[in-house]
Amino acid sequence: MSKPSKALVQVQDIAMDFDVSPPWLTRVIERKPRLKLHAVDGVSFEIEKGKTLALVGESGCGKSTVARLMVGLYSPTRGSFTFDGKDAHATYKSADELNLRARIQMIFQDPYASLNPRWRVRDIVAEPLIEHGIIKDEAALSARVGELLSSVGLSPLDMPKYPHQFSGGQRQRISIARALATQPEFLVCDEPTSALDVSVQAQVLNIMKDLQNKQGLTYLFISHNLAVVRHVSDRVGVMYLGRLVELADKHTLFDRPLHPYTKMLLDAIPKMHDTGRARTPVQGEVPNPLNPPSGCAFNPRCPHANERCKSERPEMIDMADTKVACHAVQENRL
Amino acid sequence: MSPLLEVKNLIVEFPSRHGTLRALDGVSFDLAAGEILGVVGESGAGKSLTGAAIIGLLEPPGRVAGGEILLQEKRIDHLAHEQMRHIRGKQIGAIFQDPLTSLNPLYTIGQQLTETILAHLPLSKAEARQRAIALLQDTGIPAAEQRIDQYPHQFSGGMRQRVVIALALAAEPILVVADEPTTALDVSIQAQIIGLLKEICKKRGAAVMLITHDMGVIAETCDRVAVMYAGRIVEIGPVHEVINHPAHPYSAGLMAAIPDISVDVERLHQIEGSMPRLNAIPKGCAFNPRCSQAFDRCREERPKLESAGATQAACWLLSNQVETQKHEVTQ
Repeated sequence: MSKPSKALVQVQDIAMDFDVSPPWLTRVIERKPRLKLHAVDGVSFEIEKGKTLALVGESGCGKSTVARLMVGLYSPTRGSFTFDGKDAHATYKSADELNLRARIQMIFQDPYASLNPRWRVRDIVAEPLIEHGIIKDEAALSARVGELLSSVGLSPLDMPKYPHQFSGGQRQRISIARALATQPEFLVCDEPTSALDVSVQAQVLNIMKDLQNKQGLTYLFISHNLAVVRHVSDRVGVMYLGRLVELADKHTLFDRPLHPYTKMLLDAIPKMHDTGRARTPVQGEVPNPLNPPSGCAFNPRCPHANERCKSERPEMIDMADTKVACHAVQENRL
Repeated sequence: MSPLLEVKNLIVEFPSRHGTLRALDGVSFDLAAGEILGVVGESGAGKSLTGAAIIGLLEPPGRVAGGEILLQEKRIDHLAHEQMRHIRGKQIGAIFQDPLTSLNPLYTIGQQLTETILAHLPLSKAEARQRAIALLQDTGIPAAEQRIDQYPHQFSGGMRQRVVIALALAAEPILVVADEPTTALDVSIQAQIIGLLKEICKKRGAAVMLITHDMGVIAETCDRVAVMYAGRIVEIGPVHEVINHPAHPYSAGLMAAIPDISVDVERLHQIEGSMPRLNAIPKGCAFNPRCSQAFDRCREERPKLESAGATQAACWLLSNQVETQKHEVTQ
């Protein structure tokens, strides 16, 4: 895998630790050690231009941390993120920072919390344009904001309104308009529809898809809803306790999941159209990330775990068109 | 046989400075013993309010302004606070969305369970504790004897929701109102909790009113489903029928908007616009501004629930079809 690839986004072995140690005095008096939480632990993936990679997993698996690493809200403890051939985290610290930030934008989960309630919609959407010095002229600014609002299905007449005058779905469209203001190439979407109702979710997902088709946007789409992921993504990565356990093309992953965790997740989704069918419920719960199990992090819940799984951490291996980290798959035990 | 729970033309209003807001407008349904009824709809449709009205926990200034709620043929909507307290917990159990906030963080699980048991059943303290342990075991909590003396913060989200279920079932209720019991949980835990709820209610013969916005959960759990829109039931019927052959355009739109995990589609079906505000509910059918098939009558006259095949739906299109069919037959 040493050939130079042309993917727009390349993430190599990225990791993020959080220091969750008790306060200094407690550590001294009670002899407590320092504690590190490995929120993301060696994640690698690539996204080609104009494509969507989705990351799925249960809460606490580190998917949102990956999103925040991408937009430079965190600096990684280890590993690299290369955007368009350049090391992004080095750029985030350099003078060229603004230029890169304009090219990578983020849509947040909660449209009620991510818009300033005291700002008018015009100011919210115009802020990135002013901040990045893209447009300085007031009239041109208003024209551009109107154009952005129209592109997400709102009206330029909405400019003088405040966020509270909009419904959840409309607010999320304002967030999208704001994210699009700098004409980014890469959009990081952290659970963009999980706070929305299904009918509104459909509106937002359709807009995101239209924008991708029109402007060739690249998405990193974070979600816990596998049905939504199937709808929007090209490739899917499944995360468990800070690590990718399976990464594959959408169809491969949904039709032929390899990792036992992926199978479990797919099986856990209530299906609308075969009613009455009993599912095999997932056993157990996600372990404490401060004290993850040794070996494969999934071994306490896995029906195929053996001694090797309990002691040795599986590496990502290439299987046909899937990458999977599982001893059982590798040894052909399934 | 008369149904276990009967809701007749229920109206819930919120008086405000700018006039009275009608949040539930003529909701009627019934629930047989041991049956699981799902209630779906977008936020603001009045699903939770229906549940709250049944368990007598409407937030003031909200009040039942009309209609009746009958539990085993006895009216419970106009009972005094004190009388309602005996019914709630004993006959009607409640499970709320957030297992974090429905348990008191300052008491152990055991204290909370025995308190509920002692309040409703004539048992000694020791017997109540035994019963609490048995309940925890029933809800699948490992090492129940040790865990009963732990505090809620020592339990994970899924485990806490199991405790809440145990709490709701402590006094053997005949009806359980579960308001979004799995929304705060991860999918893998969701499946466990839904399975548990279904199994344990079946075992005890309790009827369940399951309020959720997740159609998948409904499809898998319920016998019948009611679709709500703007404080009204627009369609009610057997779960398979409503999902596969919805009669009301809103139910049809709602079903089509849900991405299906087993099918690829280029675009999702979307219902334009959003749910009306309570102070601006359109005249006639509340769904008419968003309905692609609306005609004049929809804008003027409010449709009633009428049978449409296996389900009941409130839509003028249906009576139109019936009339045209009759017309064709006579011709």
